[in-house]
Amino acid sequence: MRRITLWLFSTVAALVLLFSYRTSTNSGQVSAATTPMTSPATTPTTSPTSPASTSPSASASSSSGGSSGTKTYTGSAASTRWGDVQVSITVTDGKITDVQVPVYPSENGRDQEINAYALPMLVQETLDAQSAKIDTVSGATVTSDGYLQSLQSALDAAHLS
Amino acid sequence: MTATTLAQRAWVEQIMGLPVSIHLRGPDLTSEPVAAAVAAAFAELRHIDAVLSPYRNDSDLSRWERRELKLDSADPTLAEVVSLCEEAIRRTDGWFDPRGLPDPRTGEPRYDPSGLVKGWAVERAAQHLAALAGYSWCFNAGGDVLVHAPAARPRWRIGIEHPFDPTRIMRVLELRSGAVATSGSTHRGFHILDPRTRRPASAVRAISVTGPTLLWADVYATAAAARGGGALPWIQSLPGYDALAVLPSGLVRTTNGWPAAGPL
Repeated sequence: MRRITLWLFSTVAALVLLFSYRTSTNSGQVSAATTPMTSPATTPTTSPTSPASTSPSASASSSSGGSSGTKTYTGSAASTRWGDVQVSITVTDGKITDVQVPVYPSENGRDQEINAYALPMLVQETLDAQSAKIDTVSGATVTSDGYLQSLQSALDAAHLS
Repeated sequence: MTATTLAQRAWVEQIMGLPVSIHLRGPDLTSEPVAAAVAAAFAELRHIDAVLSPYRNDSDLSRWERRELKLDSADPTLAEVVSLCEEAIRRTDGWFDPRGLPDPRTGEPRYDPSGLVKGWAVERAAQHLAALAGYSWCFNAGGDVLVHAPAARPRWRIGIEHPFDPTRIMRVLELRSGAVATSGSTHRGFHILDPRTRRPASAVRAISVTGPTLLWADVYATAAAARGGGALPWIQSLPGYDALAVLPSGLVRTTNGWPAAGPL
């Protein structure tokens, strides 16, 4: 379990390193989870391909979260050309349920200017179409075959007369 | 008056192999002008499908490809689309390219502008709805959305489908006027080809692009999905367009201008 989470951690850390050339402020983008994602984070497919200048997992420290099976791991700050980057992940039952970036470069104006895509967020907000009161759905192309199972068909059906 | 108290009516037809829905809000949704405008919008899409479908041997597109038809004697929409595709290749640095795509039936390489035609066709069809003054309308063609709402009316709330669970949504985008297009592998697998390698693009699980026109939002979403890494900085550089991308790992990234998660 710990081995797996450390591996996940290094994957996330590597992603940060990959994207750290454009890091900047991103607070508020990770909004409150109504339902934490449960499936995707278990199989990150992005390989750590950044230069192995740091080995965050070696120095990762963990702290217990609120519930059993939840742990938060904070990596050591990794130095990049543009400043230090530090990542913290929360793992619940072997799945990443939160990603925080406590340290990131924010010294120059360009950091502020180009920010939002730089730091990792997790797909942790899943909303129920009913509670979100949406009118329509944008998604990867739905074909006629798949339409009857789609959310959109339910939204359409509610207004057919 | 809130969205829930405004009268709303939906129409759905299957065109181009896609479910196409039109939602209208406003007075007298059973009136003759409303029925005529909706019928004209669907008819426009059916006409474009007949002329430009790669699935039909008798479409002007297929006949032009077989050199049975010259561009200047074909339906004028063909020349317009060919010209727009050239512009799309330029605007996307070749990441959108209709040339040499696999035929949807045989897999043989052919010219297939479908990735551009859908958004462009919906915009043309929506002009029939725009002629109805005082109505809000929402066009959804297989997950690509174009909306409009008059100033005093509520904006449309567009759910961005969750790429790992299509029965749920991950964000809500509120738009008064504009488009959202999403490309990705949720429903049809890895069907977007990297034009440089001719292999399926898989670096992005799903990417949604919003902006003023569905034509370009859709083209940019397709190109961005093919481009993978570097897609968001590229969209960031396009005035008026923003994107939200979900990586295969489940991480989400957006351009600066993508609206923060809306009120629930």
